Amino acid sequence: MTFFRKALAIVEKDIKAEFHSKEMLSVMLVFALIMLVIFNFAFDVKKQIVNDIFPGIIWITFFFSGLLGLNRSFFIEKNQDCLLGLMLAPVDRSVIFLGKMLSNFVFLLIIEILTLPLFFIFLNIPVPQKFGFFLIILFFGSLGFVAIGTFLAALAANTRASDILLPVLLFPVLIPVILGSVAATKGVFFNLPFSEWSIWLKILGVYDLLFIVVPLMLFEILLEV
Amino acid sequence: MIEVQNVTKKIGDKVILKNISFNVEEGQFITVLGPNGAGKSTLFKILSLLMKPTSGVIKINGIAVNEGGIALRQKLGVISHNSFLYDSLTARDNLLFYGKMYGVKKLEERVREVIQQVGLELSFYQQVKTFSRGMLQRLAIARCLLNDPEIVLFDEPYTGLDQQAIDILNNVLKTLKQRKRTILMITHNFEEGVELSDRILILNRGELVFDEANLYDLKSLKEIYRKKVGISA
Repeated sequence: MTFFRKALAIVEKDIKAEFHSKEMLSVMLVFALIMLVIFNFAFDVKKQIVNDIFPGIIWITFFFSGLLGLNRSFFIEKNQDCLLGLMLAPVDRSVIFLGKMLSNFVFLLIIEILTLPLFFIFLNIPVPQKFGFFLIILFFGSLGFVAIGTFLAALAANTRASDILLPVLLFPVLIPVILGSVAATKGVFFNLPFSEWSIWLKILGVYDLLFIVVPLMLFEILLEV
Repeated sequence: MIEVQNVTKKIGDKVILKNISFNVEEGQFITVLGPNGAGKSTLFKILSLLMKPTSGVIKINGIAVNEGGIALRQKLGVISHNSFLYDSLTARDNLLFYGKMYGVKKLEERVREVIQQVGLELSFYQQVKTFSRGMLQRLAIARCLLNDPEIVLFDEPYTGLDQQAIDILNNVLKTLKQRKRTILMITHNFEEGVELSDRILILNRGELVFDEANLYDLKSLKEIYRKKVGISA
């Protein structure tokens, strides 16, 4: 229990810090809205093509928006050497990973909750019949993204060009999560039978597990490098 | 309390610390002096369990540091020239956060106690980014004292402090010494804190070149330093 309590203390600290600074959420939100405007102008919203590419549009928006958040998440830890302060605390170093990952997850979910209705409205997309499934896919896709993203953000934070390095490191590793999220979302929005796209949901689940467990095991080594 | 046995640290081909050995008894106050590049900060990082030595053994209370990480970190308090504090949080929120990470009991009460100790009661609800360097260091001292550590490590604690902050830090050092806390201070500043030390160590180019009880006045100590290091203090 102490393990989770301390991870939650990190989440609470990050939310409080963000509440005061508003640096991360504002940038993520503005980016997502800009993407919405661009897509709205780029495609004729009356045509079928928007329905076809909608799953890709929302996941591109959320992943790139989330990337901005990931870049900032360890920036606050580097300032005043706060990361060293965390490493000095009598906690397993994987607590730091779990706390930062959950913070990033919360911030991404906030952006998704705020912008998703706008995407439906402005791109003229009907809410799918199996909306509950879409929420599950959103949960697993976002979790996989922040899990491996948080680990790589910590790795990149120790380099001079962390802003550039993170996307280069992250997106190749993220391919299974991107494919799984988009394909499963297509299944929901195109009203396909569950058996046709459930495999992608399973792939998402497996990768989420992998992307959480491996960083939990390796985070201590990463911090000591 | 702290045993440092034949500690060597290499980074690439460069030897930062060469075969350093010394012991620190419980309740002792040791100052480690040395010029820039002597290996003081590396020694500090190794003692604060942030870095592993290339070879050699460090024991705290008889436990090798690589075996007792979390339990040993509970006993340590660390003050560096960086505060480890979050700019966008208030003083209170910073202390509450670190208190939770250290599992401090009766946290609210303890936070009030340490904030009074460093004289920052009036800035309790202020964001840390509005703090001066001196206030920041005082809050860092409060953060360090939260878990009432048995061993306190200071790395250049006087850097950039105004007179009020220096006086508060001196009082904290005196209080810690009275309470028989083990203190190890790394500094290149002879003017502050050194007179409180029981023992002086001088590091030069990664080697321990001097290790004696502090029976010297400031002038004699500067003379010894000049001889050992080759430059005046």
